[in-house]
Amino acid sequence: MTVPNAISESDVWACLKDVPDPEIPVVSLIELGIIRGVKIQDNVPEVTITPTYSGCPATAVIQLDVEAALAKAGFGHAKVVSKLSPAWTTDWITEQGREKLRAYGIAPPANEASCAGMLARGRATEIITCPRCESPTTERVSQFGSTPCKAHYRCLSCLEPFDYFKPI
Amino acid sequence: MSMDVRFEFALRMGDSCLVLAQQLSAWCGKAPVLEEDIALANTALDLIGQAKLWLGHAGEHEGKGRSADDLAFLRNSREFRNHLLTERPNGDYGQTLMRQFLFDAWHYEMIKGLTHSKEQAFAEIAEKALKEVTYHLDRSTDLIIRLGDGTDESHDRMQNALNALWPYVAELTTEDDVDKALASEGLAPDLADIKTRYDAYLQDTFAEATLVVPQGVGTKTGGKIGLHSEAHGYLLSEMQTLQRTYPDARW
Repeated sequence: MTVPNAISESDVWACLKDVPDPEIPVVSLIELGIIRGVKIQDNVPEVTITPTYSGCPATAVIQLDVEAALAKAGFGHAKVVSKLSPAWTTDWITEQGREKLRAYGIAPPANEASCAGMLARGRATEIITCPRCESPTTERVSQFGSTPCKAHYRCLSCLEPFDYFKPI
Repeated sequence: MSMDVRFEFALRMGDSCLVLAQQLSAWCGKAPVLEEDIALANTALDLIGQAKLWLGHAGEHEGKGRSADDLAFLRNSREFRNHLLTERPNGDYGQTLMRQFLFDAWHYEMIKGLTHSKEQAFAEIAEKALKEVTYHLDRSTDLIIRLGDGTDESHDRMQNALNALWPYVAELTTEDDVDKALASEGLAPDLADIKTRYDAYLQDTFAEATLVVPQGVGTKTGGKIGLHSEAHGYLLSEMQTLQRTYPDARW
């Protein structure tokens, strides 16, 4: 039996690079900020993930997908742990992730989510730009959309409906 | 006090989320408009997620090997600690929305306060839940104002809903020994403070919604110590039927 080479954190990050979000497969879990960290202890990788919404049905699938990707890369003994705090925020979505969302037809979160816990009445109204025609003239159809993380909007210029990734 | 206040509190929070989510789920596919259908299902989903966090912590803290599922599906009515408001029947859509608003406004203040809890697990759950709960309150406030200050029909329905639900509101902010013990240790916010902010928020919203709080009605309590209404039994029998019929069923 050969002694396995020491595993590095970057090896683990590399194998997770292309794991897509199960609901929005154009973006990766890393781009969404769901993978919070990688640690190596006694040559065993430990990957920390965080849920987007408490009840998001994709959370269990994400855990499985991460485990599968690690196993495929030969890290079958890796541990995947879920951590609640600090709570996931859309501020962690990378620039590249935002661009991919827009290209896919989902308007990325408009402003910083640092207003967590502040009611809408105390906040400035967000301007949501249409991901198709870039018009700033849009209106909200519904506070909820096809998944817990999105709201439903409509563009008043090109008249197309679109999803908006809610800032949280 | 011999009672484990941390366990009791986690059940109160978790059970209220769970029972309300179960009721909201009954609207799925039946709400008056598609957007509302989706909104209620998503709100229910958030609340089920939060219930899972609270009950998961309760089971872990109890240390008897009970999971969130065990607590949700294998306890009897007397063992549930949800507030009575959450088990009031769905009624018409006005009643469902009013119940949601009365709960959301309280939930928001509680969760905001809990982010400062000295119990790390409570603070972490609250930090996660706060974003969701804020969104729920934004939505239900908006609807209460629009429907209260809407047509004669929508106004009457919202006022009737408020009259019917008002007796159950006091329980949310009436402290008992468990609440006092929690507040004195800095584990949960002082309910007297919550009440001040909650009442002010309701007053502002109802003024804008042209709704009037009924005067001189009695209050009903008991949910927090496991004394529930008749509706609770039916609700649990539906929610728990699969796990009761096929114990340890797996997908």
